[in-house]
Amino acid sequence: MSTLKSIPHELVAEGERVMRICNACRYCEGFCAVFPAMERRLTFKEDDLNYLANLCHNCTECYYACQYAPPQEFELNFPKTLAEIRMATYQKYAWPGPLAGLFKNNGLATAVISALSLVIILAIMLTSATSKSLLSAYSDAEGAFYAVMSHHTMVLTFGTAAALLFVALAAGYARFWKDTSGKAEGSVSFTALAQAVGDVLRLRYLDGAEGGCAYPEEFQSNARRRFHHLTFYGFILCFAATAVGTVFHYLLGWEGPPPIPGVGKLNLVRSLPVILGSVGGIGLLIGPAGLLWLKSKRNTLLADQKQNGMDAGFLILLILTSLTGFLLTAFRETGAVSTLVVAHLGMVMGIFLTMPYGKFVHGIYRFGALVKNAVEQRTMPTLGSE
Amino acid sequence: MDLSRVYDVLIVGGGNAALCAAITARRNGCSVLVLEGAPKEFRGGNSRHTRNLRCMHDGPADVLTDAYTEREYWEDLLKVTGGQTNEKLARMAIRDSAHCRKWMVQHGVRFQPSLGGTLHLSRTNAFFLGGGKALVNAYYRSAELLGVDIEYNSEVRELKIQDGKFTSAVFVRKGFTHEIRAKALIAAAGGFQSNVAWLKQAWGDAADNFIIRGTPYDKGTVLKMLMEQGVKTIGDPTQCHAVAIDARAPKFDGGIITRVDCVSLGIVVNRYAKRFYDEGEDFWPKRYAIWGRLVAGQPDQIGYSIIDSKSMGTFMPPVFPPIEAESLPELAKKLGLDAEQLVQTVTEYNDAVRPGTFDHTVLDNCATEGITPQKSHWARRLDKPPFYAYPLRPGITFTYLGVSVDEQARIYMQDDKPAKNMFAAGELMAGSILGKGYLAGFGMTIGTVFGRIAGKEASLYVNA
Repeated sequence: MSTLKSIPHELVAEGERVMRICNACRYCEGFCAVFPAMERRLTFKEDDLNYLANLCHNCTECYYACQYAPPQEFELNFPKTLAEIRMATYQKYAWPGPLAGLFKNNGLATAVISALSLVIILAIMLTSATSKSLLSAYSDAEGAFYAVMSHHTMVLTFGTAAALLFVALAAGYARFWKDTSGKAEGSVSFTALAQAVGDVLRLRYLDGAEGGCAYPEEFQSNARRRFHHLTFYGFILCFAATAVGTVFHYLLGWEGPPPIPGVGKLNLVRSLPVILGSVGGIGLLIGPAGLLWLKSKRNTLLADQKQNGMDAGFLILLILTSLTGFLLTAFRETGAVSTLVVAHLGMVMGIFLTMPYGKFVHGIYRFGALVKNAVEQRTMPTLGSE
Repeated sequence: MDLSRVYDVLIVGGGNAALCAAITARRNGCSVLVLEGAPKEFRGGNSRHTRNLRCMHDGPADVLTDAYTEREYWEDLLKVTGGQTNEKLARMAIRDSAHCRKWMVQHGVRFQPSLGGTLHLSRTNAFFLGGGKALVNAYYRSAELLGVDIEYNSEVRELKIQDGKFTSAVFVRKGFTHEIRAKALIAAAGGFQSNVAWLKQAWGDAADNFIIRGTPYDKGTVLKMLMEQGVKTIGDPTQCHAVAIDARAPKFDGGIITRVDCVSLGIVVNRYAKRFYDEGEDFWPKRYAIWGRLVAGQPDQIGYSIIDSKSMGTFMPPVFPPIEAESLPELAKKLGLDAEQLVQTVTEYNDAVRPGTFDHTVLDNCATEGITPQKSHWARRLDKPPFYAYPLRPGITFTYLGVSVDEQARIYMQDDKPAKNMFAAGELMAGSILGKGYLAGFGMTIGTVFGRIAGKEASLYVNA
């Protein structure tokens, strides 16, 4: 792997300044994992900052507690500084490197790629469904959406996209891990890994110290954590729906669209993909909408406004994916099926293609930082004592 | 704020003591107005920079370990003040410190175990999660929810007092002057430490070299007005909480990060490159509060804490990077000190160091022999370059000159009679208890205890 381009040196300088101040104060160490991790260091180089920035969940409790926050002379804005560094790391670790440019105008990039995805799906449909009319309706018995785009074509299309996506995300993760391994000691134990997974699944550090974090405004609230849970678990359930459907198709030979519960004979097992997708889909409607709503109310002093497009782009894409998924399920036996297939699969393809170059990567690096943190907690002492 | 009304209780000041008083008075049914001189972003006075309060407890209690009895607490206070305290008031503060945490939690304060690097305080001091500004935020929030009226940027310029009875206050806000009436006054506006002119009256020109660690808004205007109105004061105007802090700190408001915690690990020299006090007299947490006065007593009020590479990384990292050099003459040059003299001072010190087993966690047996001043503990030769230096100045936290109060927090007049409707809390009256010296976290204890007493007594007076 070639040497990565450093994040802008002004960000490193500001990050170092901020950490020097915080490490001499330490009042905030009870809020999250970032401050104790900082206290395991006495100097702060770029790799330390890149790690700490990705460990930060941006709960912003520390800003309100900070005696050095603007307009105080030191003008310390911990959450914003770390957000800016975080954004720079997304570009630094992006693979392949040239695509890092997509982070610059990420909202626009997400929109354009999603639009192109619609065209790609339409093109694939047109080239593969030669004998079928795209304006007709097909019953479930005739395959419904599989009539206009075969299961095989879908698997081939999204299998390829998923493989590319996986490689890009894995390469990014590897870059993050290698870049920030400077001061880490010891290897990843099972307990450390389990702790990090637990931290992710519970969103432990969006809890503040307890009772939620200072988001969107000063006083503790669990709103963001709950909306994020809806988004996260919604995403997982939708992924599970697809996975279960694939298993049904290939291992059990249950071909054709899974039955919608309540329509025709009830078969909960065979309807599982629909059930999982619907429950997850509800999460993906409410969660991202809630996060967008909170974002509109948040304290703008703490936000890196340059990231608004990226944040909103991903959230809107999730909402559209879920929405089109529900529409496709509901109207799959009507003449709108082709349009809805293009809409839904286009949005899914949009997500797949933009995942390594958009907001999604925060989860990848956050997880890596939490693993590193769990290892450090077991191997590195707090430095400096009175 | 309704300027035409007569408030039950007017509180001048907006820090911990003021808010404890405001919340208590409001909970007792009074209408309360808080006039905070600072803008909202800087509200809370010195409380903004605090991090814990010292609590008595007979056994492990939530974030506190072991026990810290009334007797030990009182003896600690007696030791640091050299007896210059008021036992009745001090014991009230000590006793109530055992109970006030519950009240604090009810009003939004959150606690946490003692901070990394401060384990020695885990027994005696309860740390606020997020520090003092988080506490101040919680109290303001509670006060607002209870219906306390709060005005920022409102500096009181005049107190109208007749025959020991307060009637109204004149204050300036957004360029306009207003007068507000109230049935009782609680003064909780801090010391006068950020009033350099006043400091100079007490200290002479030396005060020009003092750095004010906390809020720039504690100019002592309320204290001065009370003094001019015949209130009895207590304490010596030169007495204050003063620590040696990094000379590169901003003039005001640098807070905790400007401290330098390596004094006991090396030597401290003055501008003539000579040592002037036993750097290893006792544990640093017991000695840090005397070094402000020590440096204040040196020429040009400056000192230099010098260590070698053996000590680097074994103390709380100061915010500003050390001045670093590969040799002592080079270090002297960078500090503007006489190189020959510095080398001589270090050589004499090194030669006086007796062999011992270094252990910074106990009063170890590493001491010097045959030099003055001696270094009693943790004396190790300065011989492993690079050498590091931190310049030191006196950093004033708060002054002790204050108003005289009784157990009801009533302000006393010069004729030794209590004022009818005037009470005081916090740094403005802490001199009654702290004649000199300091115990970490005791200022917040006094503020919390006497803030609540003042709030209660003022409401009893109003409701009578």
